[in-house]
Amino acid sequence: MEGILAWFESIKADFILNFITKDRWLLLAKGLGNTLLMTVYALLIGVVIGIVIAVIRSTWDLNSSRMKNPVGKFIFSILNKIAVIYTTVLRGTPMVIQLLILYYVVFAWSSEGLLVASLSFGLNSGAYVAEIFRGGIMSIDKGQFEAGNSLGFNYIQTMWYIIAPQMFKNVLPTLANEFIVLLKETSIAGYATVNDLTYAGNRIRGVTYSPFMPLIAVALIYLGLVMILTHFVGKLERRLRQSDNR
Amino acid sequence: MITVKNLQKSFNNLHVLRGIDQHIGKGDKVVLIGPSGSGKTTFLRCLNLLEVPTGGSICFHGQEITDAKCDINKVRMQMGMVFQQFNLFPHLTIMDNITLGPRKLLGVSKADAEEQAMKLLARVGLQEKARNYPRQLSGGQQQRIAIVRALAMNPEVMLFDEPTSALDPEMVGEVLDVMKQLAEDGMTMVVVTHEMGFAREVADHVIFMDEGVIVEQGPPEQIFGNPQQQRTRDFLRKVLK
Ligand SMILES: Nc1ncnc2c1ncn2[C@@H]1O[C@H](COP(=O)(O)OP(=O)(O)OP(=O)(O)O)[C@@H](O)[C@H]1O
Ligand SMILES: [Mg+2]
Repeated sequence: MEGILAWFESIKADFILNFITKDRWLLLAKGLGNTLLMTVYALLIGVVIGIVIAVIRSTWDLNSSRMKNPVGKFIFSILNKIAVIYTTVLRGTPMVIQLLILYYVVFAWSSEGLLVASLSFGLNSGAYVAEIFRGGIMSIDKGQFEAGNSLGFNYIQTMWYIIAPQMFKNVLPTLANEFIVLLKETSIAGYATVNDLTYAGNRIRGVTYSPFMPLIAVALIYLGLVMILTHFVGKLERRLRQSDNR
Repeated sequence: MITVKNLQKSFNNLHVLRGIDQHIGKGDKVVLIGPSGSGKTTFLRCLNLLEVPTGGSICFHGQEITDAKCDINKVRMQMGMVFQQFNLFPHLTIMDNITLGPRKLLGVSKADAEEQAMKLLARVGLQEKARNYPRQLSGGQQQRIAIVRALAMNPEVMLFDEPTSALDPEMVGEVLDVMKQLAEDGMTMVVVTHEMGFAREVADHVIFMDEGVIVEQGPPEQIFGNPQQQRTRDFLRKVLK
């Protein structure tokens, strides 16, 4: 009994040391804020890049055989090549390396770690989001394009009014999952000296020399966030499936 | 209205259309028949450039639509097309399926487009489905909506590619009835079909195609009653038995 009490006391002391003393929990809160901020920024950047690449690549795949203007076709073939190389490189190298290169080489002059890290995560995510969108466009029945064209809609109008709305609905759950992946991936932002959640936990560990509490706390916060998001993604999926069987 | 000259189409090495000449005049009801793989669908899809011909020319009101300078989307607005698989837009209600084209392409106001849509829906007996989604309709109903969607653009000609082939037998009649009514109203129609009864009743010109060429053509009385070519006779014996 006494042993348990002593253990409980030590846990309590540990907790106070790591979170209460000097308001150390504020560090975690700040870190959490930065983590969420980077995730949102990165997703926005990723979606924009993803759309651009997906449109270039699927336009090429669907239309290259019937492009009449040789100059336009040449420009598009170059754009398509760039898009392919982009996707290959960003999906084929470790995220940490990409972050380090961006922070220490490309933006060596900048001290805006959070923005550089967000950009880096966004660039990387864009490569994945592009594949999600491209798959979404390619999975839509060819007859939908043809029905749009036969009414007199041009390629862009068909994409906008007919293909994109169906595609977005199809890929929304996958996109939401990408958001969850991104959230966890930002935990390496410390390499660019960003005070994110992971970095904050690690800093507390560094000053208190008591690793258990801060690291477990950080893990639990990530887990909680992921579980909440997963719950909403599941809800979204069910909602979408229902509207399919209207 | 449409003049086709020496139309050629190849898919890679497959020479599908081998020189087709045809004139389609205003108000004509042309029915295309022929064995599977003879190129009927390909021919029809060349007329609105869903397939790009590899040779020959197609003129619509004297304008060469195969020319690179031609704005094909303008031409397509005047040519309605009905597909075997309906191809309604699943994310839009029936009303929005019908009004999307007129509103976005012809600049018709929402109210006017919906009023016209209701009139067209009444013609095919589906007014009460305006707020439903395509999935909630039977195949026959969906195909009637697809016809209405094409008609809403006020096209000068309607192209049909086996509009009843994907339907359960009991729904074929309701779609054919709409097409007959359309023919009576004077619409110019080009129809690919295996429904010989429809061809006999509605067509004023029947084209028999085989292996990428027109083997025989003429009024239905000739094609069905007194075919001149052996291949036509063989084909009709097979499908009419
Ligand atoms: N996109 C394509 N790529 C390659 N070959 C094609 C394509 N479309 C059609 N073909 C080929 O062209 C030929 C003619 O096809 P088409 O669909 O025009 O025939 P059809 O007369 O409509 O036949 P059915 O009665 O079966 O519909 C067929 O051999 C077909 O395999
Ligand atoms: Mg066919």
